Amino acid sequence: MSSDVTRTGLAGVKADREALVGAVAGRRNGHTAGGRGEQPMVPKAEFGSYYGKPVLNRPVWKSTEIAGYLFLGGLAGASSVLAAGADLTGRPALARAAKTGAATAGALSLAALVKDLGRPARFLNMLRTFKPTSPMSVGSWLLAGYVPAAGVAAASALTGRAGRLGAAATAGAAGLGPLVASYTAALIADTAVPAWHDGHRQMPFVFAGSAAAAAGGLGLVAAPPGEAGPARQLAAFGALTELAAAQRMEREIGMVAEPYKTGRAGRLMRAGEVLTVAGLVGSQLGRRHRVVTAASGLALLAASAATRFGIFHAGLQSADDPKYTVVPQRQRRAGCEAPQAV
Amino acid sequence: MGDRPRVGFFTDTSVCIGCKACEVACKEWNHIPEDGLVFTGMSYDNTVGLGADTWRHVAFIEQRKPVGRQETGLFHNGHRDGTSTEFRWLMASDVCKHCTHAACLDVCPTGALFRTEFGTVVVQEDVCNGCGYCVPACPYGVIDQRQGDGRVWKCTLCYDRLRDGLVPACAKACPTESIQFGDLEELRARADARLAQMHAAGLGDARLYGRDPDDGVGGAGAFFLLLDEPEVYGLPPDPVVTTRDLPAMWRSVAAAAGTLLAGAAFAFLGRRPS
Repeated sequence: MSSDVTRTGLAGVKADREALVGAVAGRRNGHTAGGRGEQPMVPKAEFGSYYGKPVLNRPVWKSTEIAGYLFLGGLAGASSVLAAGADLTGRPALARAAKTGAATAGALSLAALVKDLGRPARFLNMLRTFKPTSPMSVGSWLLAGYVPAAGVAAASALTGRAGRLGAAATAGAAGLGPLVASYTAALIADTAVPAWHDGHRQMPFVFAGSAAAAAGGLGLVAAPPGEAGPARQLAAFGALTELAAAQRMEREIGMVAEPYKTGRAGRLMRAGEVLTVAGLVGSQLGRRHRVVTAASGLALLAASAATRFGIFHAGLQSADDPKYTVVPQRQRRAGCEAPQAV
Repeated sequence: MGDRPRVGFFTDTSVCIGCKACEVACKEWNHIPEDGLVFTGMSYDNTVGLGADTWRHVAFIEQRKPVGRQETGLFHNGHRDGTSTEFRWLMASDVCKHCTHAACLDVCPTGALFRTEFGTVVVQEDVCNGCGYCVPACPYGVIDQRQGDGRVWKCTLCYDRLRDGLVPACAKACPTESIQFGDLEELRARADARLAQMHAAGLGDARLYGRDPDDGVGGAGAFFLLLDEPEVYGLPPDPVVTTRDLPAMWRSVAAAAGTLLAGAAFAFLGRRPS
């Protein structure tokens, strides 16, 4: 017995998916002049995007927790390096201050991550595997090693106990610190968010510079004048590195630099620049004045925070506007060179 | 993956009638919660885009262009001179692309996202810890975090149905075969033939999207026949998996960390406590 019904539809009948429209489907060709016919209800839409809706889904990270984490991680990591240097060169007060700062910032950054995840067990879940393709996995392992080391180093320095363990922890924290401070750049750059991804070459240098400026700033606030020299030098080095790298990044990413100059992100980035320059100048010129030095240190800390929040918000702004996704991709596809500002 | 052929979707938008049966079938089969009954006022589309609680999304685009040589008989206010009655609806059912090089899978720190034996990309909800990294990693804006749950959700290409030898719910429900499910190789051949048919019929704008295995995501497991530029449908014109640049990022991170160490060493050079 045979049937007309086959796996691909009725035998001898064209499948629905073969349907065509217009004249080729047997419709009358040509245009009707005149004003009759159905009136469309929807006004002319903008094309080049789908009703202006973003192409990307907006990052779900909370700005306080994650931008705060970017800042705290940098402050902690660079402070650990400063602490190890202070230990090596016989500056116990600077070492104590930097270790305390590193341990506090490290613990707070972990708390920020846990808060963003919702509960502590979810951070432990990060450690069920190790994935080099995921900067967050790499970072979780870095933090898992770094935060206890920074904590032990600070505890030993503050209590004066377990000197050997403290020295080992100080060295360990100083070894991991630079990575803790700069991996967060890869963390945000390894996304489809244009303002983050496109800056992926310079972003780690912006972060490392910003971290050094913040750690130097903390040293200037907390260390006695006699030991603050290296903190001042580190702050200057960090501030200059950050300013140069940020400028280079904005130049290299073409139109995607716009979010760094507009809106909330623009204001934060500008504040970061102004505070960085103020802190740099103040710390260099006011080195004999305790108050000016401390104020400069605070300015550098605030600058680092403003820059990280600015970068975070620039990412959100670039994800919210389909222009930053569509235009550079079209230009890339068209074989153009660097995208131009529009 | 074994010897099992990779499966996928070929969504031929030229025969989509915008009925949203795919959206409904997907929600029903996968027990996806209601995510707000909103009126966008922008078109017949009140779903807006893919997300944690929308795994199929039908886009509606109204254009003053003809489809091929179609005669619509419509009059537009903007064309009172009567020179043009051109008009067309574009309707397209969007879905997770199940990329060959999937950024969501690469960046997932817990391994919750994995590649199945069918070559699809699926979230294990009992492993996901809600870090949200995959959300901005996806170049198409597919995966998202569910409110009040914290974990991420997206199309599984009906992993449960596939394991039982069934067609995914959306493809099963599609009344016009706009959503076609099958072995990827076969779908690609079918799409090539359909594109040639469309071009021969004068639909020069027709193009395949995500079909090319050499594109920025290594080809999509769910690809499309579109009648206009991808961005018109809310799709990125030339997406690239972000992890393609990850080696360069790690090199840059290492160089920046080295710079920080060098800077710190410089800060201590030749200076002794006074």
